[in-house]
Amino acid sequence: MRIGIPDDGGPLVPATPTTTARLVGLGYDVAVSAGAGAGAGFPDAAYEAAGAAVVSDAEAWASDVVAITRAPDALATPGPAGLRPGARGPDGLRIGAVLIAQIAPAARPDLVRALANRGVTALALDAVPRISRAQSLDVLSALSNVAGYRAVVEAAAEFGGMFSGQVTAAGTTPPANVFVIGAGVAGLAAIGAAGSLGAQVRAFDVRPEVAEQIESMGATVVQADAAAQQVSTDGYASSLTADQEAAAQRAYAVETAAADIVITTALVRGTAPTTITAEMVANMRPGSVIVDLAAPGGGNCELTVPGKRVVSDNGVVILGWTDLPDRMPRHTSELLGTAVANLVQLGTPERDGRLALDPEDVVVRGMTVAAGGEVLWPPPPVAVSAPAQVRPASLAEPPSRGSRPAGSGSRPTERAHPAVRAVLIGLAATLAALAVAASPADQAAHFTVLALAVVVGFYVISHVSHALHTPLMSQTNAISGIILVGGMLQIGSSNPVVTTLAVLASAVASINIFGGFLVTHRMLGMFRRGDTTEGSRR
Amino acid sequence: MTVESAVQAVYLVAAVLFVLSLAGLSKQETARRGVLLGMTGMGLALAATVALALDRSERPVGVTAGLILLVLLVGAAVGTWRARTVEMTQMPELIALLHSFVGAAAVLVGYGSFLTEPHTAGAGTTVHLVEVFLGVLIGAVTFTGSVVAFGKLSARLRSSPLMLPGRNWLNLAAVVACGALLWWFLTAGSTGGSSGLVPLLLMTVVALALGWHLVAAIGGGDMPVVVSMLNSYSGWAAAAAGFMLGNDLLIITGALVGSSGAILSYLMCRAMNRSFVSVILGGFGAEPGAVVEGGAVEPGSYRETTALEVADRLTAARSVIVVPGYGMAVAKAQYPVADLVARLAARGTTVRFGIHPVAGRLPGHMNVLLAEAKVPYDQVLGMDEINDDFPGTDVVLVIGANDTVNPAAQDDPASPIAGMPVLEVWRAREVVVFKRSMATGYAGVQNPLFFRENTAMLFGDAKDQVELIVQAL
Repeated sequence: MRIGIPDDGGPLVPATPTTTARLVGLGYDVAVSAGAGAGAGFPDAAYEAAGAAVVSDAEAWASDVVAITRAPDALATPGPAGLRPGARGPDGLRIGAVLIAQIAPAARPDLVRALANRGVTALALDAVPRISRAQSLDVLSALSNVAGYRAVVEAAAEFGGMFSGQVTAAGTTPPANVFVIGAGVAGLAAIGAAGSLGAQVRAFDVRPEVAEQIESMGATVVQADAAAQQVSTDGYASSLTADQEAAAQRAYAVETAAADIVITTALVRGTAPTTITAEMVANMRPGSVIVDLAAPGGGNCELTVPGKRVVSDNGVVILGWTDLPDRMPRHTSELLGTAVANLVQLGTPERDGRLALDPEDVVVRGMTVAAGGEVLWPPPPVAVSAPAQVRPASLAEPPSRGSRPAGSGSRPTERAHPAVRAVLIGLAATLAALAVAASPADQAAHFTVLALAVVVGFYVISHVSHALHTPLMSQTNAISGIILVGGMLQIGSSNPVVTTLAVLASAVASINIFGGFLVTHRMLGMFRRGDTTEGSRR
Repeated sequence: MTVESAVQAVYLVAAVLFVLSLAGLSKQETARRGVLLGMTGMGLALAATVALALDRSERPVGVTAGLILLVLLVGAAVGTWRARTVEMTQMPELIALLHSFVGAAAVLVGYGSFLTEPHTAGAGTTVHLVEVFLGVLIGAVTFTGSVVAFGKLSARLRSSPLMLPGRNWLNLAAVVACGALLWWFLTAGSTGGSSGLVPLLLMTVVALALGWHLVAAIGGGDMPVVVSMLNSYSGWAAAAAGFMLGNDLLIITGALVGSSGAILSYLMCRAMNRSFVSVILGGFGAEPGAVVEGGAVEPGSYRETTALEVADRLTAARSVIVVPGYGMAVAKAQYPVADLVARLAARGTTVRFGIHPVAGRLPGHMNVLLAEAKVPYDQVLGMDEINDDFPGTDVVLVIGANDTVNPAAQDDPASPIAGMPVLEVWRAREVVVFKRSMATGYAGVQNPLFFRENTAMLFGDAKDQVELIVQAL
């Protein structure tokens, strides 16, 4: 089969010479439209060297499989149903062809409908189910990462100073203060990039559990306890209550006023909440820069104009670029190309150059938005903890989380049904009560002791930290050597058989006691905290 | 009765000390104090018991005292010798062996109690007989079960599960037989004399066989659960002994240990997403062909690397996570690993350890090994603490771990380990897997991690390879 890479006019290209070689290796003929890679710095000659044919745009569109960065709007207009001789551009897409592209199916139902009418099998790179196996196909995270990095580069270009603080003979310059709102993939990438340039980075996210990730990237977490929200069950930030909103706003006001650069990446389910009001912008220093990564969703800053550079009355620059990944075409293309090649590889298990997509595969099913004349969007929910594929494209994705097959966590055989369990517990309790009732009074007291000791044991042991489980076990082992008490009391018996048995029992039990305690002691002697050893390490 | 009441008071103090001792073990900072409290409690209890034994002695006091002294000397000598010489990698075996001692002692004490107590008809006697019977039963099961666990852990026995046809029916038959023997024992015992000895002996044989078979049917991979389950049994055996002797200290201590072992077993089963029953019924990891047909076996081939290459990557890395498994224990690689980590840390690399709750053959096994090699414990993190950090990590070194890092647990619902929480090492930029060969882990499941693009395999003995890397650094 032939894979066509048409020129979409933009700087990006969904195949690099490297990934082209991979596609050729999978048995495909690859046809690259002349000049398709020029914007990303890949000359036609490099594609030819990788085994591709350089063809006209129409020929590329007429391939069996067409990969393009974004599905063009022209495809949405109900065009001729099939290949017209000499048709140019998207109109040349064949009946039954496979289209691999970012489609944004939720936002563009007309396009999906038109593709289905054409009989096209459309695979949306931006509708990959968020399960671990599909991560190598997920372009959204990859693009967010690039966007976060580029946001810092844009800010640095606008900012009238250096990011790193310097003490020189000619004077001292303070480091730039960067404030990042939202620590998803884009936010974390921005934190990392700004930190590498030497800025002092502070960051805020309404999800309290990402504080650790913020710190791991080297930024300081801005605390606003009242703003800490409950994460919704699917692992994504949900909208805030009014109280939380107010607390977050106070934090934003304080931080933005002190910052030289503000990078805001807050997208909640595809829509951009307002994080920076016009009033906050008015309180910022002239020459400060705001980069709004949520501009595609309308923007987090009230003054943002998507796609435009705006300067506020007090001289604050507000960048609402919506094409940040396109501004790093080389690497963005590499990432896109790798995702496309991974997808093709997934669909070519035989490595024979024939795309055989398995519609039962949840990854393929999730990405397929149209096939066989039917619209297949939205896909049935995948059994993952984060049903994220229903979300429209967004830049500020949180990092994809470990998603576990929800079905397997509660296999029916795994745990007894609650009712069954209740019945069993009740039965056991009844039996125990009968046993107590049937036994003499002094025995009943022993049962009381037993029950209380079990409860105490349960509470005491529940708090033992995992690292100490082995010492705990050898300690309890030593303590269970207390059975020595029983043996010793029998040693004095007048019956020689009993004495022999008791001596044997006491001997093994005392080995247990001495061995268990000493080995526990020895083990615990090894546990030590880092700071006590730092000195001796060097 | 002044000795008796004084002894009871001391027992009470000892019991409280035991509770405090276990409470102390919940945190690193207080753990050593916990052990000392436990030792104190045990010392008090033993001193009181010696006094009581001498007071109750039916022989000349000197003989009893001599025997007790002899017993304690033997125990102290053997116990101290074992505790000093045992290697940390052999800890699971030692603990299993010690469990078998408790089981054996419970059996012996049960017989002793049966032979000493007078047997007259009455409710009290019946209750006592039941207690003796149960004590011996639990003790015998613990004894042979622990011996088998010891054999499997020390590789004296094959670790693969023994699969007798209808093994669950065999277990059930043994339990039913014990029930019948109990009835015989009670009817024979209540008539007085020692005529109950025959059913008691028969039951002991059945229980010994049951303990043996129960543990033999469980695969090596589930041994951590078995060891803690036997820990629990040994506690219940002590508690049963307490009932037959009417000794509250034994009951309290036995219940503490019993519930401790039960909770540990439960925690570990939860970490493996398996029910306790399915572990106990055994047979897991039994698939003879080793490779289980999964739903979606990842296609592709694995990539081999060398120690030098790994050293280069580590030099360039800013954050590294080491994920050890049983393989590290087998290769005794904890010292070179600790050395490697210390060197990386000295260069300013962030290095941490990620420990799966069931790594190794004993709960917390990895922590003990790393502590032995003087790795600071605040560098050693649990699965839940570190799983979110893998995406920001440059290099993950998987040293002798397999099933605990298997992505199939999340991706492949058909996998036998589906749903088991695992360390998500594949989210890191690069993963280096130290492994002897491409063989499967204990669960007998192929690991798609090895075929991922960001995974490189480093074959050979983990210790040698780590030492090579340290030299190359």
